[in-house]
Amino acid sequence: MTTTLDEQYYSSLLELQQLDFALVELTLFLDTHPNDMQALQQFNQLAQQRQQCAHAFELRYGPLLQFGHSYSKFPWQWSQSPWPWQV
Amino acid sequence: MWVYEKKLQYPVKVSKCDVRMAKYLAEQYGGADGELAAALRYLNQRYTIPDKVIGLLTDIGTEEFAHLEMIATMIYKLTKDASPQELEAAGLGPHYVSHDSALFYNNAAGVPWTAAYIQAKGDPLADLYEDIAAEEKARATYQWLIDMTDDVDLQDSLKFLREREIVHAMRFKEAVEIIKADREQQKIY
Repeated sequence: MTTTLDEQYYSSLLELQQLDFALVELTLFLDTHPNDMQALQQFNQLAQQRQQCAHAFELRYGPLLQFGHSYSKFPWQWSQSPWPWQV
Repeated sequence: MWVYEKKLQYPVKVSKCDVRMAKYLAEQYGGADGELAAALRYLNQRYTIPDKVIGLLTDIGTEEFAHLEMIATMIYKLTKDASPQELEAAGLGPHYVSHDSALFYNNAAGVPWTAAYIQAKGDPLADLYEDIAAEEKARATYQWLIDMTDDVDLQDSLKFLREREIVHAMRFKEAVEIIKADREQQKIY
């Protein structure tokens, strides 16, 4: 493993997982309730929060997405361990 | 287009090496109502479902791949330190001689995954009712899996997945109502 995982890693990851969980739930809900304004507002608000949280996570622990959806430091970080099932 | 995200949807922790549970968890990996079958079933039905429901099938189908990765992580963590003798003692001897400790798409009894597990009728209601049934069957399987282990960490992740089946079934039931309402409206014109 090239990145040393500290306690902070697990708590930052959990924070992102919690935000993403709410966003998955809201996405599915909005798929069948497209006119729910309150759900939509909550969705957009959390999407913004998620962006900031993911950005902070990536700065510290490397890219979450690829094909150009995340930036990389030198050398190429994407192919470095750990992968999700290794932590 | 799909983009992979380098994180699990929900944390997967196991408190011990447990080959027996890994064998049972294969039911949700390569079984008839498992996560692979679910993802492929929904994503394939998208092309002939009414537009109003395509988004839902896309999103639930995509989430199923996140669940597939969680199940894979459980199986991987439960077996990674197991010796061939331990695999054999848990009934995974035949698996070992064919796959070593690699994961494979088969059910708890070792039967390989087949496309015969899933359906695409082209009739939107028939397809959605199948999807609801699949979610309910997967929910029941998660309950039996939870009952088979005393590992509280593993139970926690399995309970998350059990709840997702309930939410998916609920959304599919709403999709049925959307399609019915649409048909009623078309009759008026």
